[in-house]
Amino acid sequence: MAEHAPAAGRLLDPHILLYLDGVTVSFDGFKALDSLSLVLEEGELRTVIGPNGAGKTTMMDVITGKTRPDAGVVLFKGGVDLLRLDETGIARLGIGRKFQRPAVFDRLTVQENLELATQGGWSVRRLIAGRLDAQSAERIEHTLETIGLAELRHEEAGRLAHGQRQWLEIGMLLVQQPRLVLLDEPVAGMSDAETAKTAELILRLKGRHTILVVEHDMHFVRTLGAKVTVLHEGKVLAEGPVEAIQSDPAVVEVYLGRS
Amino acid sequence: MTASPRGPSRPALLLFAVGVAILLVPICNRLVPEDSAFHLEDRFVPLFGKYLAYAVLAVSLDLVWGRAGILSLGHGAFFALGGYAMGMYLMRQIGPRGVYAHPILPDFMVFLNWQELPWYWYGFDRFWFAMFMVVVVPGTLAFLFGWLAFRSRVSGVYLSIITQALTFALMLAFFRNEMGFGGNNGLTDFKDILGFPIASPDTRLALYLATGALLLLALAVAIQLRRAPLGRLLVAIRDGEARARFLGHDTLRAKLFVWTLSAVLAGLAGALYVPQVGIINPSEFSPAASIEIAIWVAVGGRDTVLGPVLGALLVNGMKTWLTGTLPELWLFVLGGLFVLVTLAFPGGLAGIAGTFAHRIGRTPRPGTAGLAPSPAEVARG
Repeated sequence: MAEHAPAAGRLLDPHILLYLDGVTVSFDGFKALDSLSLVLEEGELRTVIGPNGAGKTTMMDVITGKTRPDAGVVLFKGGVDLLRLDETGIARLGIGRKFQRPAVFDRLTVQENLELATQGGWSVRRLIAGRLDAQSAERIEHTLETIGLAELRHEEAGRLAHGQRQWLEIGMLLVQQPRLVLLDEPVAGMSDAETAKTAELILRLKGRHTILVVEHDMHFVRTLGAKVTVLHEGKVLAEGPVEAIQSDPAVVEVYLGRS
Repeated sequence: MTASPRGPSRPALLLFAVGVAILLVPICNRLVPEDSAFHLEDRFVPLFGKYLAYAVLAVSLDLVWGRAGILSLGHGAFFALGGYAMGMYLMRQIGPRGVYAHPILPDFMVFLNWQELPWYWYGFDRFWFAMFMVVVVPGTLAFLFGWLAFRSRVSGVYLSIITQALTFALMLAFFRNEMGFGGNNGLTDFKDILGFPIASPDTRLALYLATGALLLLALAVAIQLRRAPLGRLLVAIRDGEARARFLGHDTLRAKLFVWTLSAVLAGLAGALYVPQVGIINPSEFSPAASIEIAIWVAVGGRDTVLGPVLGALLVNGMKTWLTGTLPELWLFVLGGLFVLVTLAFPGGLAGIAGTFAHRIGRTPRPGTAGLAPSPAEVARG
């Protein structure tokens, strides 16, 4: 049974946004996460790498409430116990996740996709007669610039290139003003140029949002130049600046040595 | 919300054009001299009125199927319930003029040896009450059905099947004499509506114009819905309901709203259909009748403003013509038309028009361009 630690809330440093400790998840005896601990500070950009099966996606699932851990503590800023909330509750706290598969609506334009993302929770009446408030409209404008799709705002999302669709989806997360952005392999399937632009985009967001990127493209991780957590067999193998990680013999052994 | 780049006057123009087209019937009937080739005889007026009622029904189905991806194969039930509510009013208007000359009881009740009016026939002697029931009965049934189905997340082909079951169950119930709705004969032999003789050319033209007004209203609702944020949400629900939910949208409420609205429109269409055809019977509840509505929409073009109207007019025009000349051929033509449209023109008539407009260098109509769902998608609903 999960060890709920109500006392941990008051121990939490106010700069800490996300706190995982001793998180263990087993599937039929296989430990996908083995006593994982991770601390994320407000405004931080963090990349998590690791070979396949290291537990990256399971970790995302635990944070978003999709998977319940067998043991451990998962706290959000202010000591909110995420293990007590369901997926919707966690999403409402402001934890937004971009999945690997793009989830944009092909038949709607770029702008309509972004508007739809800001209208969550609107009543039917407001959806019929309501208009976007100036603040949301401005946020959408701003986001269109940030994701570089301002010129394509009236284009149907289905006509966008793969990379543009991914950026649109990141935009749909951003307009919801998340307190924590989880990006699951954001550059999977992207061309080199698209990967470079995605790195630029994430670096632009740095400082304004707290971002956790799961990725195994090492070149991309180097471009981000952020603090790196290396997972291996459900545990943290190493953590530190990207340069230090690259020269860590243990990391080279299990992961980088093969690439 | 940014204004559509196509300008705000487009829907107004469209409604104006449809309004002018609707007026062709009264013009050809009343203003064109009788010896002219363009003169329309009185007996054709209710036929066109029937087509317009079908067009409203098609628009109502397209709201849920084309826009929100909910393929109802039971929309005939809401149409028939609205029709029965109107029929009950028309029966009560007959009064002592029936064959058995009973002051209150309709003929079929006298025939069944009933002594008094069943409680659910109370109030139908008043027009306003009947109109209230035209809206409330289909609306309430749709709301309850939708709430149960959508809450349990029944969708796709399973939902289509239970809508068929719904209309089939109602057909069996209405066939029973004990139900008190005239059994398999239904309600007929109407005399007048609001004091006007129901078969007089003037009343028929008025009913035609009322149906035309309802069609314009239905189109205005459809246009407004497409432009509102709700219209986008419905597209999102159609193409990925789980994702829409993930964005924080209450998809159950949005679906329930459009579903109930659609049923009310279908009920209103049924209410105007009945006085023009002069009868309502349980065959309107038949599953095949409901499937035909889906064919009109598919032929006309799903998720387009005018497509369902064109589909309803074309298919029913063909039906009138073929069942008159080659009745045994009609079902083959209908089936063949559906297969042809599904495989070759998935965008329907409106899709063909859109492609044509595109070819000659004009911008395609919104909603038709790029709307080419695969046959698999059509089959899936």
